[in-house]
Amino acid sequence: MKNKYIIMNAEDNCATSLADIPKDEIIQIPEDNIKINHDIPMGHKFALKNINQGDLIKKYGQIIGIATEMIEVGDWIHTHNIKSHYLERVANE
Amino acid sequence: MSEEFMGYERPKGKVGIRNKIAVIPSVICVNRVAQQIANKIENGVAITHPLGCGQFGPDYTYTLRTLVGLGSNPNVYGVIVVGLGCENLSNKLIAKNIKRSKKPVEFFNVQDVQGGTAAAIEKGVKIGKEMADQASELKREPFDFSHLVLGLECGGSDSISGITANPAVGVVSDKIVELGGTSILPEFTEWIGTEHLLSKRAVNEKVAEKITNTLNNFLENILQYGIDFRGVQPTPGNIEGGLTTIEEKSLGTIAKAGKAPIQGTLEYSEPPKSKGLWLMIEPGLDVESMTGLAAAGAQIICMTTGRGSPCGNPVAPVIKLCGNPQTCDWMASNIDVDSSKIITEDKTIEDIAAVLWQKLKATCNGEKTYAEVLGFEDLAIWRCSAAPFQILQSK
Repeated sequence: MKNKYIIMNAEDNCATSLADIPKDEIIQIPEDNIKINHDIPMGHKFALKNINQGDLIKKYGQIIGIATEMIEVGDWIHTHNIKSHYLERVANE
Repeated sequence: MSEEFMGYERPKGKVGIRNKIAVIPSVICVNRVAQQIANKIENGVAITHPLGCGQFGPDYTYTLRTLVGLGSNPNVYGVIVVGLGCENLSNKLIAKNIKRSKKPVEFFNVQDVQGGTAAAIEKGVKIGKEMADQASELKREPFDFSHLVLGLECGGSDSISGITANPAVGVVSDKIVELGGTSILPEFTEWIGTEHLLSKRAVNEKVAEKITNTLNNFLENILQYGIDFRGVQPTPGNIEGGLTTIEEKSLGTIAKAGKAPIQGTLEYSEPPKSKGLWLMIEPGLDVESMTGLAAAGAQIICMTTGRGSPCGNPVAPVIKLCGNPQTCDWMASNIDVDSSKIITEDKTIEDIAAVLWQKLKATCNGEKTYAEVLGFEDLAIWRCSAAPFQILQSK
């Protein structure tokens, strides 16, 4: 069977798709089944958990950014709802 | 069972995985002489480059250190340094420095040989053939991986590289380090956004500071020229491919360096001072980076590529990995390890890392990579020019 997505680290709250996943598809993730809320192009990310506005988004077990709005499980995570945590930190230094 | 590879013993405890005779021109003007000498020698390789004259300051030093490093690389049995005779980077100085590795080194200037280039080529071939005869007497012997220096490179990346090929290389890099070997990650402009993570992996506070300061100083200095490195990443193509922030992109890049502690930072072409994982400070393009890695002593390089790259190196075999299914199909005769099976089949990063490990061992034992089979011996030396474009622009 072909992998539809990859989770880079057990601490991650997002997964990366390995295929185009259509909206409303049910995806099995560890310990749960989730509904995908948007079309997810290959290489893009979707949320494995609910992520509140201002919460950190993790991939590779590391912070890749901050949620700029409420992100629900199964939502597409892209430039419309994530911003750099690094650039924000550098700007505040 | 302990892991071993079959290599060639070199002086001073070094081990080569190839048995080459390097013909190094000290200046561009004798590139063709060097090439024609190398062509007539068994396992001969010409280290042709466009530099060697009119260089000064760090630019001169980098070129000298790189040519010396390539000649000193354990994959090279012996070296012939061919000079023209009037250049400021002298063949004698290059030869003297390579001789510290205790390998056979000869040198001469084309202007000192009566009979022009025909006689110079004949002279070089005679020396080279004697070296090649001696080299052919050496037999491969088993060595452990503490003798290996691995270079980590990526080029023509896509958004898939960071989740497939790069982490697989990271697993193998960690394995080399665990086995007592050495690994080098170059291209510091692609670490931006992960300074805090890299510095946390530093073996001590001094190394941590060096990592952070190097990146901060670079970013601040280049801002004076109106270039904001932090603001231009990820590129529109990266974003279309699924990357969102600079740190996400850089995390994919540094995944090649696994999780090992960082021993310190190196200048371009500088050999590591001890075993373990090292960072090389150079913003070079792929070929410049791989030249710097081989000059630092890497006997083998793993290069990940998403969109596909054919590049090789004259001294160190380059193993190509690719995570993009179309590239693996279209460029099958350039890609050594198909890591797209993470996408097309039910393979994991660990599965691909296991395939890469077998390929790496086979390559160490003498199996040729595609770039070697194709004769792709690309070389470029990072220039540190004393005349930046701002100085050249008229007011």
